[in-house]
Amino acid sequence: MKLELRAITKRFPGVLANDAISLQVGDGETLGLLGENGAGKTTLMNILYGLYQPDSGDILIDDNPVKFHGPGDAIAAGIGMVHQHFMLVPVFTVAENVMLGVESTKTALRMLDLSVVRKRVREISDQHNLHVDPDALVEDLPVGVRQRVEIIKTLYRQSKVLILDEPTAVLTPQEGEELFAIMRSLVAGGTSIIFITHKLNEVLQVADRIAVLRRGRVVGTADPKETDSEKLATMMVGRPVDLVVDKTPAKPAQPVLEVSGLRVRDDRGQLAVTDLDLVVRAGEILAIAGVQGNGQSELAEAITGMRRVELGDIKIGGEEVRLEPREVYRHGVGHVPEDRLEEGLVPAFNIAENIALNNYWAPPVSHGLSLDRDAMVKIAEQRISEFDIRTPSVFNPVANLSGGNQQKVIVAREFSRPLKLLVAVQPTRGLDVGSIEYIHRRLVAKRDEGAGILLISTELDEIVALGDRIAVMFQGRIVSILKPEEATFEKLGLLMGGARPEEKSVEDARALAAQAV
Amino acid sequence: MSADTTVSEDGIDLPPPAEPTTSRGSWLRRALGAIALPLLALFSAAVVGGIVIIAGNRDVVGLLETDLPAGLSAGWSVIIDSYAALIRGALGDPAQLVSALVSLDPHALVDAFHPLAETTLSSTPVILTGLSVALAFRAGLFNIGGEGQLQLGALASVLVGFSIQGLPWFIHLPLALIAGIIAGAAWGFIPGFLKARTGAHEVITTIMLNFIAIQLVGFALRTPLYQRPGRTDPISKSIEPSAVLPPLVDGLRAHWGIVLAIIAAIFVSWLIFRAKKGFEFRAVGLNPIAARYAGMNIGATTVLAMMAAGGLAGLAGSAVVLGTTHNLIPNLGGGAGFDGIAIALLGRSRPSGVVAAGFLMGALRAGAVPMQVATGTPIYLVVVIQALIIMFIAAPALVRAIYRIKASRTIGAEAFAKGWGA
Repeated sequence: MKLELRAITKRFPGVLANDAISLQVGDGETLGLLGENGAGKTTLMNILYGLYQPDSGDILIDDNPVKFHGPGDAIAAGIGMVHQHFMLVPVFTVAENVMLGVESTKTALRMLDLSVVRKRVREISDQHNLHVDPDALVEDLPVGVRQRVEIIKTLYRQSKVLILDEPTAVLTPQEGEELFAIMRSLVAGGTSIIFITHKLNEVLQVADRIAVLRRGRVVGTADPKETDSEKLATMMVGRPVDLVVDKTPAKPAQPVLEVSGLRVRDDRGQLAVTDLDLVVRAGEILAIAGVQGNGQSELAEAITGMRRVELGDIKIGGEEVRLEPREVYRHGVGHVPEDRLEEGLVPAFNIAENIALNNYWAPPVSHGLSLDRDAMVKIAEQRISEFDIRTPSVFNPVANLSGGNQQKVIVAREFSRPLKLLVAVQPTRGLDVGSIEYIHRRLVAKRDEGAGILLISTELDEIVALGDRIAVMFQGRIVSILKPEEATFEKLGLLMGGARPEEKSVEDARALAAQAV
Repeated sequence: MSADTTVSEDGIDLPPPAEPTTSRGSWLRRALGAIALPLLALFSAAVVGGIVIIAGNRDVVGLLETDLPAGLSAGWSVIIDSYAALIRGALGDPAQLVSALVSLDPHALVDAFHPLAETTLSSTPVILTGLSVALAFRAGLFNIGGEGQLQLGALASVLVGFSIQGLPWFIHLPLALIAGIIAGAAWGFIPGFLKARTGAHEVITTIMLNFIAIQLVGFALRTPLYQRPGRTDPISKSIEPSAVLPPLVDGLRAHWGIVLAIIAAIFVSWLIFRAKKGFEFRAVGLNPIAARYAGMNIGATTVLAMMAAGGLAGLAGSAVVLGTTHNLIPNLGGGAGFDGIAIALLGRSRPSGVVAAGFLMGALRAGAVPMQVATGTPIYLVVVIQALIIMFIAAPALVRAIYRIKASRTIGAEAFAKGWGA
């Protein structure tokens, strides 16, 4: 099936989200769609999936114009979408999830007929080496397999064009490789794939053709064989981008964070952090790698006073601190939380209010019982220019900002005071190359000012680029601490996946940890 | 978040606005935008109310069956007469007002201003309970307990009002008012504390506390402490003259309670938008996780917000017993505690909006009886109109669809209407 978008234009009040975008995907082809956040990728895909109507322009399938009034039309036309957030019912089995919406029934009583579905799921799974058991409960499956269930869902609906929206965001590097193998198998079978991403190396690895979107326009197409990351990044951002973080060797000084024997439970009461020890020194970045859900979030929350510590000690700047967010703040700890809209910002508050969010209680932002609104606005205006936050005014609610600018609001707030320790969790998640570059530079600058930085990330690029020491966390423990020069993607990937480091390196890790203490 | 948000999912930056947001023109436009919806809701309610007036009028219905044109014209004049009487009853007769102002005859003035005074009197308690609901809502809490808090406030104020004798008014009156505020705040403390400690939903607890408060008043009024000597029905002793909230003008029933209500509105406005505590209220209300991240104490903020809300509703009870009735009987205030919910919704949880909505409701109530006297349209029509306004306000999408208005970004009222599941 050949899919073509011709001069698609979509305008939201005040924003031209898609400006005469033309693209096409041929039979058995993978189109990499590359673009920063806010470039219009998601809008375009939502148009293609029937969720939005274009203001002008046509969608053509095999050269025939089609109109999609809803996802139902798009699915019927053979378009399948795997969203970044999976649309699965956890307590249903794989087969039940696959069937949902296109239930097959038997007999006059319209009883559900699962056997047909199970057979078909098994066939699809075997054909593309997916290794999915149709009778497994989705809630028992790892994230990578859930994603494959989503893919099966689209194939079961006979999709000829598969849209994958940032599919690797939730995967380990190994799972990512597996996904690419699956994508190749699908393409070999004649399926077309639109692969949306902002990761340059992935698109180079897997796409047959690359289209780059910027500010709602296709700014260029490229052949992966003839281009490289630098060229793509330049196209995507519109200016040359420094992909390598410039930094001098760390000069670690006194410990600013000492964690020993820490035990923390997650929201469901399960042990998330088990007997964890770590030290962060002033002037260094300790980067913690790990697949999401291995206790990194809980570790960060415990240190910043957001989560109760069950057992163990946390010392900040050599002192035992009462672990409440405000006490931790007073002791010079900055916190870039994992989820900026859930934790770090009040989306309905304006920028000035968000910049005052955790310092509103003291001068100069407030005096006595009253807030000093003039001071709030003045400070916010300073931060906006200093941190290059793109906004029409300080009174703009942060919900209206792009992800990158939202993150800059948090960074502006947390970095604008002397810090002993900075806890940064996924500081660049979902951000575009330009913003990532910016935030990385800020982190290194903060390190060079003498702050200790605990960086938690699932992005290995980030871990390796920034970490002065690299710890791998698996099932609530730090399984290994590596020097950056010995931390290859492969080694990190294996450790993140639960492979036991050889005895020797375990001892090394212990020795390193002991040294650090 | 409102579903109407026009930012696409991948968060496109807004372009700079065509004109600076501080300019006069856009300020005016925003103000108009903010009141357009309530005004259209009011208009729609009046239209539907007109149909109700005709349907309830036997003469017109009979005429409609036999002679349609005559029936329609009769129906039209009944509607116009009813609404004219309603407005005259709420705001007064313009001619009478003018001649009274010209003659400056005290009696004529009192007569002419009688309807406005009645409107003021009716709006006093509902402005206060509306503020109570609005304040709690800003902190993410649904205070359905305004009625109970009002009753408790009245119970405390009336006790201080009749049991202490020989004090000068400038001590006695404040004492009685403060007693009402404290009692309301205490009644608000309970659901706040239960929510903070156990997570008990304040909608459930405040509703239950309303029942308890109402029964408590019924019980108290039959105890020797409260019950008026020589009476067998539940009615309290009368308060001392030194505890009376004096009338604004001799001869009219409107009293200084309205001034307290306006002061309360200014205070709430300061609290929400200018005070440190209000910043916490709003942060907790909009995003409790971020509020906790920012070092705010969610539990304490919840308790404090409910106490402040309770205090406002308690003051509403005080204003009624000290200003209007001078004693306490069951069912005091005629459901003002519940009307507060509607008024906060209508006023979009803004103090200025609550005052305006309170006056509107007060006007409807004050005009209802003169309307029935003049045209025979039953006073219950006012209740129907009131309910219709709220329904139109609660369904902004409906009003927008009727009048083909484009969705705005404002989320106050919609969030309030949609937020009940939270």
